[in-house]
Amino acid sequence: MAYKSDKIKKGNMVPFPSRSLVPERDLDKEPVLECRRLGIQFGGLKAVDDFNLIIGKTEIAGLIGPNGAGKTTVFNLLTKVYQPTEGTIMLNGMDTGGKTTAQINQMGIARTFQNIRLFDRLTVEENVKIGLQNQMKYTTAEGILRLPRYWKNEKKMHERALELLSIFGMENQAEWKAGSLPYGAQRRLEIIRALATNPSLLLLDEPAAGMNPNETMELMETIARIRDEFQIAILLIEHDMNLVMGICEGICVLNFGKVIAKGTAEEIQNNPAVIEAYLGKNREV
Amino acid sequence: MKGRNNIISRQKDNLTYVAVTAAFVILMILQNGGILKRAHTALLVPVCAYIAAALALNLCVGILGELSLGHAGFMSIGAFTGIVVSESLINAVPNTALRLLIAVVIGAVFASFFGFLIGIPVLRLKGDYLAIVTLAFGEIIKDLITCLIVGVDKNGLHIVFNASGAKTAADLHLAEGGKAIIQGAQGAVGTTTISSFTAGFILILVVLFVVQHFVKSCTGRAVMAIRDNRIAAESCGLNVTTYKMIAFVISAGLAGAAGVLYGLNYSSIVATKFNFNTSILILVYVVLGGLGNIQGTIIAATILYVLPELLRAFSDYRMLVYAIVLILVMIITNNKKVILFLTGLGKKKD
Repeated sequence: MAYKSDKIKKGNMVPFPSRSLVPERDLDKEPVLECRRLGIQFGGLKAVDDFNLIIGKTEIAGLIGPNGAGKTTVFNLLTKVYQPTEGTIMLNGMDTGGKTTAQINQMGIARTFQNIRLFDRLTVEENVKIGLQNQMKYTTAEGILRLPRYWKNEKKMHERALELLSIFGMENQAEWKAGSLPYGAQRRLEIIRALATNPSLLLLDEPAAGMNPNETMELMETIARIRDEFQIAILLIEHDMNLVMGICEGICVLNFGKVIAKGTAEEIQNNPAVIEAYLGKNREV
Repeated sequence: MKGRNNIISRQKDNLTYVAVTAAFVILMILQNGGILKRAHTALLVPVCAYIAAALALNLCVGILGELSLGHAGFMSIGAFTGIVVSESLINAVPNTALRLLIAVVIGAVFASFFGFLIGIPVLRLKGDYLAIVTLAFGEIIKDLITCLIVGVDKNGLHIVFNASGAKTAADLHLAEGGKAIIQGAQGAVGTTTISSFTAGFILILVVLFVVQHFVKSCTGRAVMAIRDNRIAAESCGLNVTTYKMIAFVISAGLAGAAGVLYGLNYSSIVATKFNFNTSILILVYVVLGGLGNIQGTIIAATILYVLPELLRAFSDYRMLVYAIVLILVMIITNNKKVILFLTGLGKKKD
């Protein structure tokens, strides 16, 4: 994938100190996400410090680093589960300052969780419908009295939910309780639920955790397909280097809350700092 | 296979209406046939009220997943609002059925409004804290109503707040022909009782209709999603506070409606009737019936309300037996083998 660094045309915006990586095809478009000097401090600990990141409109980006580096904290900052103590996050050119987690989702960031968080006692289909809620909801009174809009929207939701479930071939499990699904399927359902909220940026927290190499390969293809079909950007945290190096167009490496490297898969694999901190010296490349 | 669960659950919903109607018809026949003793027929309306209240609380505890220990407070608000409305309209609306309907609606609206007010601070709390605050709310309502003196005459309603304890109905300065409806600690005295078993049956059907349809609507789904995983629900773009509030207000309103039915069944009723014990009583129906289980709640409320009354013959051992029954039910409903056996039975029926 061709990359051009530091060449984004951004009108009269303040010069951005970080080295930006955006795929060539996205250069003329506004980046979907732009973090500037993002940071959060828990007591005396700076869990994330001076985090700068730009993600192109249809980019698949990776966030890697050793355990405890602050990767999931970055996700929590982006979705405002934690309020950043420093810096700004721009989403599609809009400042997300002061927004709640729910509002961030409505603005276009959807995410999955490292420790799966499904609505266990709801069915698979209902889980997806929760994602569709904000696009197709009706009032409580309409729901209780079952007015025409209830039937119309429920039908639309049902069809859309099955359509989304078919991405991973899960239509046949629509009636299952989410809690009774096997582990891999739960991970996939989380991705579908996140997609249902119609995001412009999808955050995946270790999507391949606990999957075997075949499943991981399949997941890689699906992630690329999701990007192509939905034309969205994807930022993923992952420890499986085959997956990260295989599909991520831009990679950002965190260590102790600080970005230690950014670049393409090749650049990252040959970066001495990354090898020292994370990849290990004897790794075959 | 597709949609099978949906069909089953819809059948189950409809079956509930049928079962409730059947029970009503049978009881009506027994009552008209003179088979039921007066001691038994006197239980019919309160049972209906408690079933409705338990269904309302189930919406709060089972569906919303928040433990409320103050639902008797909402019943209380409903009951006394209903009594005031009914007594004020006694001449304007001579038709008792219509008057009861108006009383129930206004009582439910008042209880919902208080549910909203309480909900603003309470729904920001979690777990035990929410339980404690709702408990306090129930006690506050009880004490406030104990301080209330309300009367009506041709000029309209007169309300005196008897905080000092020195005031009486005479302080209302009612015009001639006026009537004191609520007299502070004595409660509502001389109420014309207009509740009937038929009204109770209709109320249960309405509450069932609201609860079952709510659970299947997008709002109900969102409420259950928040119960299952709040953080995930937020990150799916759900406004947690709004959805919780909707469920809480509906729950309070339904409890208020149940309270109206209960209050208008007795010619005199005091605010202390709706104390902490009543809240716990309703909670016991819900917990033993199964959290979120509508059919179970109805059965548990019926049995556990009627049982202590039937045990009056053994008055010395009554509460002892009641306690043992409660413990047995808890053991049985938590026993995996028994549950498996019961679900096995359910499957065969389907």
